[in-house]
Amino acid sequence: MARMATTRRVAISTVAAWLFGFLIFFPILWMVLASFKTELEAFAIPPSFLFFHWTTENYATVQERSDYFHHALNSIIIAGGSTVIALLIAIPAAWSMAFSPTKRTKDILLWMLSTKMMPPVGVLVPIYLIYKSFGLLDSRTGLVFILCLGNLPIVIWMLFTYFKEIPRDILEAARMDGATIGRELVYVLTPMAIPGLASTMLLNLILAWNEAFWTLNLSTSYAAPLTTFIASYSSPEGLFWAKLSAASTLAIAPILVLGWFSQKQLVRGLTFGAVK
Amino acid sequence: MGQITLQGVQKSFGPVHIIKGADLDIADGSFVVFVGPSGCGKTTLLRLIAGLEDVSGGSILIDGKNVVDTPPAKRGLSMVFQSYALYPHMSVRGNIGFGLKMAGLPRDEINRKVEGAAATLNLTPYLDRKPRELSGGQRQRVAIGRAIVREPKAFLFDEPLSNLDAALRVQMRIEVTRLQKQLGTTAIYVTHDQVEAMTMADKIVVLNGGKIEQYGSPLELYERPANLFVAGFIGSPKMNFVTGEPALQKGAATIGVRPEHLKIERDGAGGWLGTITVAEHLGSDTFLYVDAGPIGMLTARYIGELSLHAGDRVSLVPDPARIHRFDNSGNALRG
Ligand SMILES: Nc1ncnc2c1ncn2[C@@H]1O[C@H](COP(=O)(O)OP(=O)(O)OP(=O)(O)O)[C@@H](O)[C@H]1O
Ligand SMILES: [Mg+2]
Repeated sequence: MARMATTRRVAISTVAAWLFGFLIFFPILWMVLASFKTELEAFAIPPSFLFFHWTTENYATVQERSDYFHHALNSIIIAGGSTVIALLIAIPAAWSMAFSPTKRTKDILLWMLSTKMMPPVGVLVPIYLIYKSFGLLDSRTGLVFILCLGNLPIVIWMLFTYFKEIPRDILEAARMDGATIGRELVYVLTPMAIPGLASTMLLNLILAWNEAFWTLNLSTSYAAPLTTFIASYSSPEGLFWAKLSAASTLAIAPILVLGWFSQKQLVRGLTFGAVK
Repeated sequence: MGQITLQGVQKSFGPVHIIKGADLDIADGSFVVFVGPSGCGKTTLLRLIAGLEDVSGGSILIDGKNVVDTPPAKRGLSMVFQSYALYPHMSVRGNIGFGLKMAGLPRDEINRKVEGAAATLNLTPYLDRKPRELSGGQRQRVAIGRAIVREPKAFLFDEPLSNLDAALRVQMRIEVTRLQKQLGTTAIYVTHDQVEAMTMADKIVVLNGGKIEQYGSPLELYERPANLFVAGFIGSPKMNFVTGEPALQKGAATIGVRPEHLKIERDGAGGWLGTITVAEHLGSDTFLYVDAGPIGMLTARYIGELSLHAGDRVSLVPDPARIHRFDNSGNALRG
């Protein structure tokens, strides 16, 4: 009896989880489907789900009209660069806050987060002017820099919470076992911190990859990443749904693939504290 | 060798004075237990010896050498933590062998020693498991294995058994004591469990509010407590304290009598008269909680079964040879 009830509960929650997952995934699925439709079918009402005339012509047009690989390379450089630099700054920062906190540590963390509460548009003009005078407009360096700054608070927060989860006792045990700081780092801390580091890195990559406000406003063509590439399809001449979908699909494909392959790490990292 | 001496060791955290000058001489090979109420500084004192905290004053000598400026790794001590503190990503083998690896021993020697330690602790079947695949008792044994394999000058234990259930605790208590005797290594063991303290220790250090109240063998503490605190802390149930007239008769401000040293008489004339409020029958012992009017509440212990019940009148006669006398400031009066 009890066993049947459990089975049923498991079945119900499985179905619910799948439904919920599908719901979240649906917009992406729809986008991918639309990218294989003709422009006419793409906004036909009622929409056709699978039974339409499949075509790859949108992808051909998109590649013809704009240089996908140029923008993709920019995206990789900007997202990757800003992530690497953010981690280089955040690891020692979060480290010291987690392992030798002071009275002000909590305040500093909150203050850093508070910078994320301000809408970026509020500082667009000053940043734009600064970038202009430093010749950073439409430069990869400029975008790496602004995205790195923008994500730094979140990166430090995430790493801080992961590092805090590492029991101090274990580090002390390593010290008693005769490990020097360097070996403690290599043999004990890093292996325990890797899931947290990996998920922070991945999340930051995704955030930087999809960041549209600064990349759209501070770049035009040379340094423009994939977000600009997508935006160019919602042009004043009218919306091209199918082409826009094709461009978006191309734009998110790399990060989707990356996410797919690292999902195990990601899930482990995000639930690090819960399972211990 | 593992002779440890503390000389005027002090520790403050900011303005708060936690350890207020501790002097202690721990002989090589002895088993010393730190006991005391929660927050009295047992862990802090142990961590000072380990080197995980820096002293604010005084010196710590290991085999005659002052180690206050020596990092923990170089003190040659090993520690067993209450939380086990095993390396979660390493196997049991890796955990036990980590210290040897850090010391740069060749791999086959590490393996030999690890397997030896594992055999002593009945861990051989689990050598390739991760800590999360072990039970609490097994994890604790791995932590002990990690400590013994390095053949340290002394073991430091911080309440190592407090996360285990009662039965396992008794078993581990015996195992740890046996192991320590077999290895002959000095051990310092922190606990707030009296039974652990009394049964395991060669010598007990009673701490209270950052001060050492008394240092002596379990029986010394039981028979000749130095002051009211130790008298009340060691022994279960607690010693009875009586002030006023009966104490003055003995020339003391307070007298103390252990529950087992009160003779229980049903209708005796002498002694302290009272009414039983609660009677606990354990078969092996009978505990009586007696309201003795102006004397106060008294606890009496009878070895064996005594058929007395709540409401019965009894008279409690203290064994004159077993009366402890204390002066106004709580120190024991001798002679
Ligand atoms: N890092 C620290 N900073 C400030 N105060 C501390 C620190 N560590 C310990 N204390 C204080 O020192 C006192 C003694 O702590 P300690 O951990 O040594 O007690 P304990 O005797 O081990 O207690 P328990 O039996 O509860 O483990 C406590 O009042 C505690 O609040
Ligand atoms: Mg403690």
